[in-house]
Amino acid sequence: MTTTASTAGSPFEYAPAPESRAVVDIASSYGLFIDGEFTPASDSGSFKTVNPATEEVLAEVAEATEEDVDRAVRAARRAQDKVWGPMPGRERAKYLFRIARLLAERSREFAVLETLDNGKPIRESRDVDVPTAAAHFFYYAGWADKLEHAGYGPDPRPHGVAAQVIPWNFPLLMLAWKIAPALATGNTVVLKPAETTPLTALLFADLLRQAELPAGVVNIVTGARATGSALVNHPDVDKIAFTGSTPVGKRIAQEIAGTRKHATLELGGKAANIVFDDAPIDQAIEGIVNGIFFNQGQVCCAGSRLLVQESIAEELVDRLKARLGTLRVGDPMDKNTDVGAINSPQQLARITELTDAGTAEGATRWSPDCELPSSGYWFAPTLFTGVSAAHRIAREEIFGPVLSILTFRTPSEAVAKANNTPYGLSAGIWTEKGSRILWMADQLRAGVVWSNTFNRFDPASPFGGYKESGYGREGGRHGLAPYLIEGSTY
Amino acid sequence: MSTTTPTSVAETGRAGSGTAPATPGSADRSAAEIADLARSVTGSALLDDTAWRRYLHGLPGVDKVGADGRAAALGTRSIKTTSKAWALDTIIRMVDLTTLEGADTPGKVRALAAKAVRPEPADPTCPSAAAVCVYNDLVPVAVEALAGTGVKVAAVSTAFPSGRASRAVRLADTRDAVEAGADEIDMVIDRGAFLSGRYSQVYEDIVAVREECRANRHHAHLKVILETGELATYDNVRRASWLAMLAGADFIKTSTGKVSPAATLPVTVVMLEAVRDFRALTGVPIGVKPAGGIRTSKDAIKYLVAVNETAGGDWLDPDWFRFGASSLLNDVLMQRNKLTTGAYWGPDYVTVD
Amino acid sequence: MARTSKAPTPTRTAPERLGVRKTYKLYVGGKFPRSESGRTYEVTDTKGRFLANVAQGSRKDAREAVVAARAAQAKWAGATAYNRGQVLYRVAEMLEGRREQFVAEVVAGEGLTARQAEVAVSEAIDRWVWYAGWTDKVAQVAGSANPVAGPYFNLSAPEPTGVVVVVAPQRSSLLGLVSTIVPPLVTGNAVIVVASEQRPIPAVTLSEVLATSDVPGGVVNVLTGFTRELAPPLASHLDVNAIDLAGAVGAEGVTWGELEAAAADSVKRVLRPAVGRRGDDAEPDWTEAPRPQRILAFTETKTVWHPKGA
Repeated sequence: MTTTASTAGSPFEYAPAPESRAVVDIASSYGLFIDGEFTPASDSGSFKTVNPATEEVLAEVAEATEEDVDRAVRAARRAQDKVWGPMPGRERAKYLFRIARLLAERSREFAVLETLDNGKPIRESRDVDVPTAAAHFFYYAGWADKLEHAGYGPDPRPHGVAAQVIPWNFPLLMLAWKIAPALATGNTVVLKPAETTPLTALLFADLLRQAELPAGVVNIVTGARATGSALVNHPDVDKIAFTGSTPVGKRIAQEIAGTRKHATLELGGKAANIVFDDAPIDQAIEGIVNGIFFNQGQVCCAGSRLLVQESIAEELVDRLKARLGTLRVGDPMDKNTDVGAINSPQQLARITELTDAGTAEGATRWSPDCELPSSGYWFAPTLFTGVSAAHRIAREEIFGPVLSILTFRTPSEAVAKANNTPYGLSAGIWTEKGSRILWMADQLRAGVVWSNTFNRFDPASPFGGYKESGYGREGGRHGLAPYLIEGSTY
Repeated sequence: MSTTTPTSVAETGRAGSGTAPATPGSADRSAAEIADLARSVTGSALLDDTAWRRYLHGLPGVDKVGADGRAAALGTRSIKTTSKAWALDTIIRMVDLTTLEGADTPGKVRALAAKAVRPEPADPTCPSAAAVCVYNDLVPVAVEALAGTGVKVAAVSTAFPSGRASRAVRLADTRDAVEAGADEIDMVIDRGAFLSGRYSQVYEDIVAVREECRANRHHAHLKVILETGELATYDNVRRASWLAMLAGADFIKTSTGKVSPAATLPVTVVMLEAVRDFRALTGVPIGVKPAGGIRTSKDAIKYLVAVNETAGGDWLDPDWFRFGASSLLNDVLMQRNKLTTGAYWGPDYVTVD
Repeated sequence: MARTSKAPTPTRTAPERLGVRKTYKLYVGGKFPRSESGRTYEVTDTKGRFLANVAQGSRKDAREAVVAARAAQAKWAGATAYNRGQVLYRVAEMLEGRREQFVAEVVAGEGLTARQAEVAVSEAIDRWVWYAGWTDKVAQVAGSANPVAGPYFNLSAPEPTGVVVVVAPQRSSLLGLVSTIVPPLVTGNAVIVVASEQRPIPAVTLSEVLATSDVPGGVVNVLTGFTRELAPPLASHLDVNAIDLAGAVGAEGVTWGELEAAAADSVKRVLRPAVGRRGDDAEPDWTEAPRPQRILAFTETKTVWHPKGA
């Protein structure tokens, strides 16, 4: 039995609907943004950033040396001591409100640039990444002048200089999640974007020029692992905020052990999306699809394990396969594209390796028919049935558009399976029964629990993990804590 | 416990899923066959209120926020150039051009009929509308005006729009329209009965009206108007859809257009899911008609996208999807002309009726 | 000051260019009507010079304002907190654009120096920004998940009380005005403002700002006129949920005690005027740091229980 077939063969074909590139100017090369100016790296080193959908080189970007990192930290320290630290909260607030409004004004530019540099569909960068980033600045702007009401004492103080390292999956949004609370609480920042996605951070530096943010408050040092390491290990950094892979997060924790540096980590996940037999089935299908194919599955909180109640498993999988047939994979700049490119050849190799392991271990692989472009890094949406908990595809984070499907019989069994992982970032629950949602939410060891929805983010809603998914929260009142001396212990 | 299990149910003479669906009314199921299907799907021989409630309330629920989100996402599709041209022509071919006013006259109906046949007098490539929809005392005028054109005559009946009259009166209303030559009957369900749980009455009403449509060798196809604005919840829309389909509707229709809210995209998506699942379960395809409140081409195109990505391409045909509209047609004509001439048109350039 | 401005010196010369004067109207339901009573009264500066004939609002105007506020309130409360914050921030953007106008009006109405007026206007704008940033935070500070002794999810959250009357301060015609109008708006209340009777002009300019700031019509309504005429019918109006009595201090012919008594009949939430420094009824120093309590004064706390069980 098939529910209605995909849009293949439909008389209604969607003609190309490309977003124009002309809205954004991409320079051929970029320097480091330190102390309010762009300068080349101290040894003139640079690397290239590429459009993963076409492999076209977009720009050359400076690679910060240890000396550059030191200069950036010193600029941040001076700015914190002399300008940003003494500044009254109400003035800091107004800078942040300006940044939020500027991001909203220049949203189309940022969305197009993000899609070109990251490979995600323009519809997602336009409708999710950029507006959520602007909203994040707007939310934290409003805390800057009312910290005494945040529940951390009458006069909470910033740590000082924050070193922030962000990943490539949501470059601008992760930048907003880091910079907004840091600045609102009175810290200054040295931020390293991921090496495959530096461009929106560099455009953000231009936005700071329009906002007239004083020099040194925000510094952007582009580079790869060595730059990140230099930054994290710099002796004059007070606080580290890292979002990225669990192995690197563990290394950072080891490196700062014995020092007085504070750190928060937002690492990987292997979330369970749990569907009960009384789930609102059509919305559950949307939630599953969104959970693992949004951003090509390259999301730390992706619903990468579907736990479906055995009594409806076969029907659910049939419906899921039919729905996958309507996903449009292709040119990220086309407004109708649902699934874009994988961010890099390295990531593509990892996804491929794990997916091959899935088949080798005995699970059954399925993808809808899709024509993948000949250049660029592409992976078709994939699901595995017949997965057991011991399979690598059920335990390891794939970080790609691959869904592993397992079954359960009772709520307790679902909880046990969902919790049976070193990770603990997020979980999804689908059922019409409210008391079951709340009972499950109590039992699940995950920092974010979505019920009858998935992948919902809001600046007012704290986000972060249990266990090896990291510690610390971003968003909400809780997101201030890591940046205040009186806020938290780590 | 999902009741839309994928086990196949006895085919009822219709083409099975996966082959082109038959035109509504062409593979004629008898009242007995309809009743048999209803009994086997619900698992009840009695088909009383309790049995219906158990079945209908056992259908999967609809999460409102998720359903609204899905409709909004479908609305972000960007339909341009060739696909827009195809969409605009398809919309015209799917329009049931409607006039349902107390002040309607034969003159008004004739003018509307002419417009339905030739929406754009200067452009012979412009397709005709699907049907003209009128009150049943004006059916003879419409039949005469549309003879030989291929444009159908649809009549509203069963004490449209409220439905508040005895069954005898509602059936007589239907009979009049059928005998005057209406090709299609748009009936209303008794919302009072539905909302108070008298599901068997709603079912029997539909069955009876269907019989009138097929009496005396007539073959009018039946659209069942759910009046989704009065049903209030998406769960109710799903339940009413299944009740109507199991009672033998050829089409399920959102609204009379006399109550606000009329058609909305999320409600239509819920109904498209229902017809999709019904065909998967029984092999029987059923049409969907959103009516009322769809005024712009932009909105109508969103509906086509919804059809495409919910029920599927098979439904992108006037035999399986209609728009109940009046002012929509002119907006589509203006958009169509903009695509060919490049300039935006004004209302002076399309006829009033 | 009574209706007569001081006897003017006759003008024997004419200016090179005569300005086009504004007609001062009420702001109700997003529109600018005159008073249904057709009356106006003269407003002068601190030196007794004529400034304008301002609409003298009546009890019927007040009644219409309540209808407009009630009609607009549900939708304002139903907007997301983020949306309300953005709308309020936009008001601040528009206020900033009208700095000079406000400074001139505060100088004329309050007799401040230009420098003092600049400070007051800057403070008013920054205060508006402060409140705008609260919309999406009040629930986090004033709400809570409550650890009840049983298998229940229990959540308390603040909700707007509904329609709030603000009797605006008599003396501080912009800073005091802002400090009393915005707090109820933060959580989604709709507001009816009784402007300072002798210094109403900044309130009228503010209503023009609101009309150009995406604030939906009816969310804020501004009535000018005499406090003794407008406040009592509003205090006793059964479709008003709360009343801020700041402006009863220094108003002629009415006391906050009698307004509070009138409000008691419908169990309104009443915010009494602050106690002055000398313990008497003096208008407070509005430059003191604001506190969220003024927001919470116009909220209700709703507590919801839900069992937890598989």
